[in-house]
Amino acid sequence: MIHDVLALGLPFSVGLLLAALGENVNQRAGVFNLGCEGVMSVGAFLGFLPSYLFASSALLPFAPALGFALAALAGLLLGLFFALVTVTFRAPQGIAGIGLQMLGVGVAGTIFRHFIGGVIGIPGVAAWPIPVLSRIPFLGDVLFHQDPLVYLSFLCVPLSAFLLYRTPWGLRVRAVGTHPRAADTMGIDVARVRTEALALGGALAGLGGAYLSICQARMFADDLVAGRGFVAVALVYFGRWTPLGIMGGALLFSLAQALQLALQVAGIRFPYEFAVMLPYALVVLVLALARRSRMLGPAALGKPYDREMRV
Amino acid sequence: MTRGFRVLFVVSVAALSALAAGALSSLVLLAIGASPWATFVTIFTGPLSDPFTASEIGVRAVPLILVALGTAVSFRSGVLNIGAEGQMLVGILACTGVALNIPGLPGPALLPLALIAGALSGAAWGALAGWLRARLEVNEILSTVMLNYIAAQLYTFLLRGPMIDPDELMTGSGTPQSMRLPRAVWLSRLFPGTRLHTGLLIALFLSFSVWVLLWRTTLGYRLRAAGAEARAARYAGIRVERSLVSAMLLAGGLSGLAGAVEVVGVHHRAIEAISAGYGFAGIVVALFGGLHPAGIVPAAAFFGLLLVGADMTQRSAGVPANMVLVLEGVIILAIVSAGMFLRNPYAEERAARLLRRLFKGRPARIAVPGPSGEGDP
Amino acid sequence: MSSAEPIRELALCDITKRFPGVVACDRVSLRVRQGEIHALVGENGAGKSTLMNVLAGLYQPDEGQILVNGAPVHFRTPADACARGVGMVHQHFMLVPSMTVAENVALGLRTLHRPLRLDLEKARQLVFRVSDRYHLPAEPDAPVWQLSVGEQQRVELVKTLCLGARLLVLDEPTSALTPQETDDLLKRLELLAGELPVVFISHKLNEVKALSHRVTILRRGRVVFTGDTSGTSTAELGALLTGHEVKPARNEAAEGAGAVVLAVKGLKVRADRGHLAVDGLSLEVRAGEILGLAGVSGNGQRELSDALAGLRPVEGGSIRLGGEELAGAPPRRVIDRGMGYVPEDRHHEGIVPSFSVTENLVLKDVAAPPFSRGPFLRLRAIEEHAALLRDRFDIRCPSTKVKAGALSGGNIQKVILARELARRPRALLAVYPTRGVDLGATEFIHGQLLALRASGAAVLLVSEELEELIALSDRIAVVYRGRILDIVPGREATRERLGRLMAGVAA
Repeated sequence: MIHDVLALGLPFSVGLLLAALGENVNQRAGVFNLGCEGVMSVGAFLGFLPSYLFASSALLPFAPALGFALAALAGLLLGLFFALVTVTFRAPQGIAGIGLQMLGVGVAGTIFRHFIGGVIGIPGVAAWPIPVLSRIPFLGDVLFHQDPLVYLSFLCVPLSAFLLYRTPWGLRVRAVGTHPRAADTMGIDVARVRTEALALGGALAGLGGAYLSICQARMFADDLVAGRGFVAVALVYFGRWTPLGIMGGALLFSLAQALQLALQVAGIRFPYEFAVMLPYALVVLVLALARRSRMLGPAALGKPYDREMRV
Repeated sequence: MTRGFRVLFVVSVAALSALAAGALSSLVLLAIGASPWATFVTIFTGPLSDPFTASEIGVRAVPLILVALGTAVSFRSGVLNIGAEGQMLVGILACTGVALNIPGLPGPALLPLALIAGALSGAAWGALAGWLRARLEVNEILSTVMLNYIAAQLYTFLLRGPMIDPDELMTGSGTPQSMRLPRAVWLSRLFPGTRLHTGLLIALFLSFSVWVLLWRTTLGYRLRAAGAEARAARYAGIRVERSLVSAMLLAGGLSGLAGAVEVVGVHHRAIEAISAGYGFAGIVVALFGGLHPAGIVPAAAFFGLLLVGADMTQRSAGVPANMVLVLEGVIILAIVSAGMFLRNPYAEERAARLLRRLFKGRPARIAVPGPSGEGDP
Repeated sequence: MSSAEPIRELALCDITKRFPGVVACDRVSLRVRQGEIHALVGENGAGKSTLMNVLAGLYQPDEGQILVNGAPVHFRTPADACARGVGMVHQHFMLVPSMTVAENVALGLRTLHRPLRLDLEKARQLVFRVSDRYHLPAEPDAPVWQLSVGEQQRVELVKTLCLGARLLVLDEPTSALTPQETDDLLKRLELLAGELPVVFISHKLNEVKALSHRVTILRRGRVVFTGDTSGTSTAELGALLTGHEVKPARNEAAEGAGAVVLAVKGLKVRADRGHLAVDGLSLEVRAGEILGLAGVSGNGQRELSDALAGLRPVEGGSIRLGGEELAGAPPRRVIDRGMGYVPEDRHHEGIVPSFSVTENLVLKDVAAPPFSRGPFLRLRAIEEHAALLRDRFDIRCPSTKVKAGALSGGNIQKVILARELARRPRALLAVYPTRGVDLGATEFIHGQLLALRASGAAVLLVSEELEELIALSDRIAVVYRGRILDIVPGREATRERLGRLMAGVAA
């Protein structure tokens, strides 16, 4: 059973991982985007859409790629929109995030319900087993017999670390999230860096949402994202704003979810609702235990920056 | 800036943000092929067209007022409570449980008991998040959102299981709902032929009470101080951690009561989708009403109008109910953006400067010192 | 960045800058040339920092222009100013604490990297080069948060020079330094001035006299004097600065050695970072005396103040007020037992900025009669109280309904002082009470402190202004690394003696 839990759990973490890595970039730049849930919903819907539209056409094999591209684009645009509200207008990020969440979930749900409605399955993406490695007993199946998005998303972990710690842009992002006024006096455009970070974060959240609908659930519904956007934000705290820590948190959460399913399949009697509750309770627990990490967070997180503010 | 400019500034910001909100929602409406104009007309005027739908506005307003009051208390105390949905659900469960399981108690005693049970359990659910924030510094937005999902699962579990109406089991239809509450516990209707019930009076009374609490009592003073500047409150001897938990107790209690009132006033049994998004809508109402009871009551009426109107458009124009979420989200974003403009003294200056630059010919108005006491001796 | 041409002359012409409700700079002109050290002097609120922020591109002037080598320039952002060679060293350092010196320098270098890969080595080399050339030792790989204040300031200078500064502007450079560190800095500035024009902002007249060639004095946003420093005496400068003859309050009364009111023994308090900021500190304050506490900021004053007010846990030792042990007591009990506290952060700790003046004046007493009856507030009593205090303490505001945060620094301090003194405390802890406050309000505050002393209370005055301490205190204790190094009687206190103690040199 452990094997099944692991094999299921790994792909469950993709949506979370991508969104959380994106949110990490946001938060490192000093902005937290609670609208991640809304962005993921829009991404999930747009990811689903091409596969639905091309269901009986020759273009079907291209549908998933198109879906991911649309989702990333929409996520990027939503990120820019959020930047307009929180960076340009300097609105409080928490409430603005909730507004974005409602907007995103609402838009995705409205358009879906109006044109489509109902449960419609899509083929998804087939697994790409890696030639030699996937034959390793036990682990081979788990680690190397997954769809390509899984490999890509785990690749994003070292990629985002490289981006944050080894590129000039990453240096600017970290400066802007810790001491924006210092960055400003050195000629860095704080608003622009934050906007760029939010755009990237949005695109990743969109991709995460698209994975949920295309590869994981292989359908779309109003409540598909089911709070995972918020969990992604919590994971950033839990992972102490490092890609590796976030990966650990994403795996933890998704393994809990996989455990719930595996228990049911194995016939162990456990009230369905309590099993569904488990991951959310886990997040609360994790947040409670991870409290000390608040001190390590980006110092300017959550505070809008205004150059003309009399210091 | 002169007073005239100030008024102009406020009005234009409000108008621009309303326009932006309208434009964004119109985009979505166009995407689904609905006419924005027709939709907005239906939403805003439809409910007023007949007495029953007009009374429905009041019916929707009751839980909105209660949730918004709780939100106002918590936000002003520095805690961003997004958990009203979950607190309502927990309140419904407790209220239903008490109402159905205390046989022999007469109505006038059972009804208040059920309502209090609803309020207390909502308070407890809220206090949990408050304690997590006060003691463990857990971000309350995240914790209350998680608690919402947990409460939703708990609700479904109980309604499908232990609390399900035995009739449903017998007939085999399995609709997750509780038994019908005894008549004695129902809130009376204010006007025959409508669903408007005495819960409205409770809501209005509590609006007044919350105003008194926040601005006329020492507890309210301490809550507001802790919310406005926690460091100064702590310096002044105010126990900020206790304030946070008190605020969440109050906010959760009001939301729990909102749920209880919905049960005994409207549906008379616990059903699925009973909270119907009131938890989130209540937050928007609170923001729209400026976090003040005097603003919340009319704001709740306005949102009641929106909700009833949205229902009508679903039936007539086929606009899905999710559209309400879109409207709410857009309104939050508009309010929050506009709020920053109005509160930021520099924004006005910059707007004035921009105008001056655009109309260079106009003689520039010299900045008159505002109400800031620039009293250098 | 480093390719900007040298600045031979910089001129600010008729610069005007307004903020909501106040004109910070009113047609200010200033000219500085290569080889010259120009001091810009004024009280807090006179407009000095605003003017320099305009020069640095942080603010946009409403009117006027900037000329570099005779040609007008327009700095729309700090980047523009940087590119032209304006090197600003701010009073509050613009260094990212979690990054190393080299990383901070790298932040400002746009042209030195390959686009995708961060090249820290080049930044390190640059730091070494500049550091050697200008005799400003700085370690490229040191994380900034580990450096002392003096070291951080050197890093700021090095960073500014690395980024190609052709003109240096220093904002209150000595505010956080010991007298010895100050002398050291002034020497280095003289060396630098040989290569580029230097403007430094200060309100310390003796430094201005010691260092600058020319001086410009601002008062209420206007230039009241520009000329050679050598031709003007300190007294004349002071008079120009304030607009009237300065009559500082002095503690002339005889030493009233009453009973010990506040006794601190062996106090140990931890700082946020984890180390013991207060490490075995002992002092006593008697009734009817002002005990001054001198020391460079960062030697435990903040932790001591927090502990005395009950805002920080105590690791060891005791605090006795009137004989009662208060170490570790919650703030409410400390307040109720008669300890008054005028905190360092007046804007975010001393008041609730969004509350009205009226509400702030009852911040500590709202839950008891006469301001409340049972759970309800007695608004009339609160209003009357506010009106009374407003008159008695000359709080300048259009009405007491105004938000306290909108008042000027001096008036905010008066609100805090009014509230604390109205409670008739047994002991008062005042931390940097006149920092950033204009001279008129400062005189008033000094008068109030002396009056409090005369009425028999014990006053513990923490300050970085040696002149203030020497003028007001009966005795002056010097804190160094969390302990009292020595206590000097007021009459025997001199700047030199205190300066040595502040640097850790025991008598």
